[in-house]
Amino acid sequence: MSEHSTYVPGSAVEKWLDDRLPIIRFSKEHLMDFPTPKNLNYWWTFGAILVMCLGIQIVTGIILAMHYTPNIAMAFDSVEHIRRDVNGGRVIQAVHAVGASAFFAALYIHIFRGLFFGSYKAPREILWILGVVIFILVMATAFMGYVLPWGQMSFWGATVITNIFSAIPLVGNSIMELLRGGFAVGNPTLNRFFSLHYLLPFIVAAVVALHIWALHVPGNNNPIGVEVKDSRDTLPFHPYYTMKDALGMVVFLIPFAWFVFFAPDILGHPDNYIQANSQVTPTHIVPEWYLLPFYTILRAIDFNVLFIDSKLGGVIAMGGSMLCLLVVPWLDTARVRSGSFRPLFKWFYALFVLNFIGLTYMGAQDPSVPLNNILGKVFVAYYFIYFLVILPVLSRIETPKPLPTSISESVLGKAHA
Amino acid sequence: MATQAEHSSTNRRDFLYVATGAVAGVGAAAVVWPLINQLNPDASTLALATIEYDISAIPEGQTVTITWRGLPVFVRHRTAAEVEEAKAVPLSELKDPETDEQRTKEGHEPWLIMIANCTHLGCVPTGEAGEFDGWFCPCHGSEYDTAGRIRKGPAPKNLVVPPYEFVSDTLVRIG
Repeated sequence: MSEHSTYVPGSAVEKWLDDRLPIIRFSKEHLMDFPTPKNLNYWWTFGAILVMCLGIQIVTGIILAMHYTPNIAMAFDSVEHIRRDVNGGRVIQAVHAVGASAFFAALYIHIFRGLFFGSYKAPREILWILGVVIFILVMATAFMGYVLPWGQMSFWGATVITNIFSAIPLVGNSIMELLRGGFAVGNPTLNRFFSLHYLLPFIVAAVVALHIWALHVPGNNNPIGVEVKDSRDTLPFHPYYTMKDALGMVVFLIPFAWFVFFAPDILGHPDNYIQANSQVTPTHIVPEWYLLPFYTILRAIDFNVLFIDSKLGGVIAMGGSMLCLLVVPWLDTARVRSGSFRPLFKWFYALFVLNFIGLTYMGAQDPSVPLNNILGKVFVAYYFIYFLVILPVLSRIETPKPLPTSISESVLGKAHA
Repeated sequence: MATQAEHSSTNRRDFLYVATGAVAGVGAAAVVWPLINQLNPDASTLALATIEYDISAIPEGQTVTITWRGLPVFVRHRTAAEVEEAKAVPLSELKDPETDEQRTKEGHEPWLIMIANCTHLGCVPTGEAGEFDGWFCPCHGSEYDTAGRIRKGPAPKNLVVPPYEFVSDTLVRIG
C-alpha cells in the first residue's frame, strides 16, 4: 500500500525511526492518506462509530471491574454498590449498560448497510466473514456480561443459554456441565463468565484489526458499488472522512446520552433487579432486545423433524441463521453490488428489514398465543427464504439498472442534475 | 538402501517430519486437556451430590422444592385423584412414553420426586397449572401432567426423575 503514501520523514529522528519501525509511515498510509471513495454516505460512518463503542465498553468495563465482585453472594450487591456508592458509578455503570445496546444498534445498522450495498461481494468475502465473527463474539460477550449483575434474568438467561448446548446429541449434557462448572448455573459459572467477559473484548479488538486490514486491501465499497478506478474517485481519509466519522459519532452520542442520563434502565428488565434465585423462574424470560431476533428463531422450532427433536431443531435453526450470514457472499452471486441498481432486490431487501424487526418483536411476545406462534414461524421462514431462495434466484433472473461508469461520474452527474 | 530412499516418494525425512508432528500434537493435546478439564464440576460441587430429606412434613396436595446438586427438585405429595389421573393416561398419548409406575417407587405412589427444570431450556415450571393439572412452564409453554410427563409444547422429555430411594417411609435419599 506504500504507493498511497506521500510520507517523507521530516527530521533526522523521524528518518531514524522510519528505518527501524515505520509506524509513522504506517499511520499516515492507513489513517490519513488512505484513498477512500468520495461518495460514501453516512451509513458508512458506523464502522468508526463501532470502534468508538468498543472503546467505550472497554474503558467503562475496566473501571466497573475495579468495583465489582464475581461471587454469587456479593455480585448483586456489588452492582448496587457501584450504582449508589462509587463516585460517578451511577453514570459509568449506565454508560456500560446502555453502551451494550448502542453497540448492537450500530452493529445491526452496519450489517444491514453491508447487506444492501453488497459489501460482502468479491473481493470482500473475508472482510465480511470477519465481520460476522465479530458479531458472534460481541453477542457472546454481551450475554456473559448480562449474567454478571446476578439478577433473575441473569441467572435464568444463563440457564436457558447453557441449556441450549445440552441439545447436542450424546455429549450435550457433558458440554453443558463443562460450561457451567456444575450441575446448575452457580458460582463457578459466574466466575468464568466474568473472566471471559473481560477477555473477549480484546479478542474482538484483535479481530477488528484484521477486519480493517481486510478492508484496506481492496479498499471501501461505496453506495454505487462501482470499484475505484483512479485517483479522481477518491479522497484521502483524513481530513475528509475523519471529519465525517466524527460528526457521525457526535450525532450517535446524542440518543446515547439521553438514555444514560434520562432512562438508564429502560432497556433492561425489572426482574433483573431481583437477586438470582435458582428455585423460581420469572414468568417471562426475555433476553436483551438485541438477542431477540435469534431467540425467536430458537423457539420457533417447536416440532420434531424426523429424528431431530424440537430442542435440537431450534438450536440448528439458530446456528443456521448465523451460517446464512457467513455464506451470503456465495448465495448472492449477482454481479451488481449496490441494491440501488437492483430493482427487484430492493423490495425483497426492504421486506427483509421489516421481517427482522418482526423477529425482534416476536422474541419478546408470549409464544403460547397461537397468533404469535404462527407469525413467529412466518418471520423465521422468510429470514431463511431470503438467504437460501430469494438471493440465489434474483442473482439469476434480475436485470439490473445501468451502472455509472465511475464514482466520479456519478458524483458529478448528480451535481449537474 | 540410500539410492532406494532417494528414489521412493516417501523418505526417512518425511517419516521423521510426520512422527515429530504427531508427538507434538499429542503433547499439545495433553497440555490443553487439564486447561479445559478445570472447567468441569469441581470436587466441592460433586461432594454435594447426595442429600437426605424428611418428607413427613409435606401434607397431601403440597409440593416442596428442595435443592440437589444446585438444581431445584420438586417433592410432590400427590392426591389420590392425581395418581388415578396419571395412571389412566394411555401410553399412546405420550410424547415420551413412561408409565406412572416407572416414575414412582413401589409402595410410595403418592410421592413424585423430579428435577424441577423444564427439559426444554431449564426453567422451573409452575405447579398445578396447565390443561393436564400438572406443571406449566412459563418460558415456552411446555405442559406436564400429574406424573410430570410432557404432554404439550416444545420440551422433548418428561421431567427428569433423579436417582433416589426411600430409606424409610419418611426419609428419602436423593443422589
